[in-house]
Amino acid sequence: MATIILPRSLIALFPAAPRRCEVDAATVAEAIDRLDELAPGMRNRIVDSGPVIREHIKVFVDGAPATLDGALRTDSTLHVIPAVSGG
Amino acid sequence: MTRNMLLVGTPKGAFILDGDASRSSWSVRGPLCEGWPIHDLSIDAASGAILAGGGSPWYGPAVFRSDDLGATWSHSSEGLTYGDDGPKIPTVWNVTAAHESIWAGVEPAGLFRSDDGGTTWSHVSGLRDHPSRPDWSPGAGGLICHTIVPHPTDPARMWVAISAVGTFATEDGGATWEARNRGVVACFQPDPHPETGQCVHKLVMAAGEPDSFYQQNHCGVYRSADAGRSWEDISAGLVSEFGFVMGAHPRDPATSWVIPLTHPEEGRLSPGGALAVWRTNDRGDTWQRHGEGLPQKDTFVGVLREALAVDRSDPAGVYFGTSTGQLYGSRDEGVSWSLVADHLPPIWGVEAVVLD
Repeated sequence: MATIILPRSLIALFPAAPRRCEVDAATVAEAIDRLDELAPGMRNRIVDSGPVIREHIKVFVDGAPATLDGALRTDSTLHVIPAVSGG
Repeated sequence: MTRNMLLVGTPKGAFILDGDASRSSWSVRGPLCEGWPIHDLSIDAASGAILAGGGSPWYGPAVFRSDDLGATWSHSSEGLTYGDDGPKIPTVWNVTAAHESIWAGVEPAGLFRSDDGGTTWSHVSGLRDHPSRPDWSPGAGGLICHTIVPHPTDPARMWVAISAVGTFATEDGGATWEARNRGVVACFQPDPHPETGQCVHKLVMAAGEPDSFYQQNHCGVYRSADAGRSWEDISAGLVSEFGFVMGAHPRDPATSWVIPLTHPEEGRLSPGGALAVWRTNDRGDTWQRHGEGLPQKDTFVGVLREALAVDRSDPAGVYFGTSTGQLYGSRDEGVSWSLVADHLPPIWGVEAVVLD
């Protein structure tokens, strides 16, 4: 099971979703699909048309930047991190 | 008991101001919608739901909905897409409920419809199928569908305004659209009278006359008596033909309000450092300046396209928000003014709600 760690600002939009959860997924795209099953609508917050990860969000798998087709191991950790920007 | 509310959209979230029965005292709630940039708020009169349209730079576009007058919110963008091969949609600019549907105008300009209260959305593709679409160009605020005006009784008829493209109308429920810009000058183009390419800033319908409209345009203030098929310039008498907002009286079709600003190349600010609202009572034949209660010295602020609202009380209340976060209100139909709230974020949108 891969571990997913979500940002606080995403949990604020989906109060019932866990900040940290484990999912059965072989790719980043599959992991996000599992998240959407837990919290309907979450995929739209992370994934833009294309489909691609939204421009100002980064997904890291085991510390390395990843795209939707990035592979997950059973012991992988996936971080969803919004860009540090704004004013 | 009558409940007065002002719904305010800002780049730092939505705010709700709750007013007393006399509309003289207001309290502020917010920021709401998780601090998302919110361009527009409105109320669905049929359900009582408050709707908010906007977009997060991180999490994309969404329409928020509250069924308890702003205490709790849900959000969705399911179906708010041009498809995987289409352009990306960063934000919603207008959300309007009518005839048991909710409509959303987005950037890049297009129209979406929800028939389930905002849970899912479908693209009203007829608008972007208009033959002029390859020529659509953005204004300074982007290529945006910022105004939606439903017909009050006929669900097949609707008008939308797009910057910098112009006004369009449908009479078949959105399947096909017709450009309605004849007589509106595109003063920034080599050909100032194109079929499309006019920079309409705000479009409003006159009370009780579904074929009568007013618009504040980049290049003047206009009126139409034939459902937008032709327009007449009514800018004469105003301090400037440029501005963003336009408001219509809830009962008198001859009365409307604008806030003229300095020309686009001169800052788009309150002219002469004095803030004023201009009102016509004769469909734009003449205008009266009203600055009583507004700062008349050293004041250099803007007022953006969605930031003026009129309530349905008698006398009507008129409200507007500035680009520097002041919200002003008038309880005498725009003659005298007072500060409703200060120190808000820059104000993008204002809506006035009266609940019985």
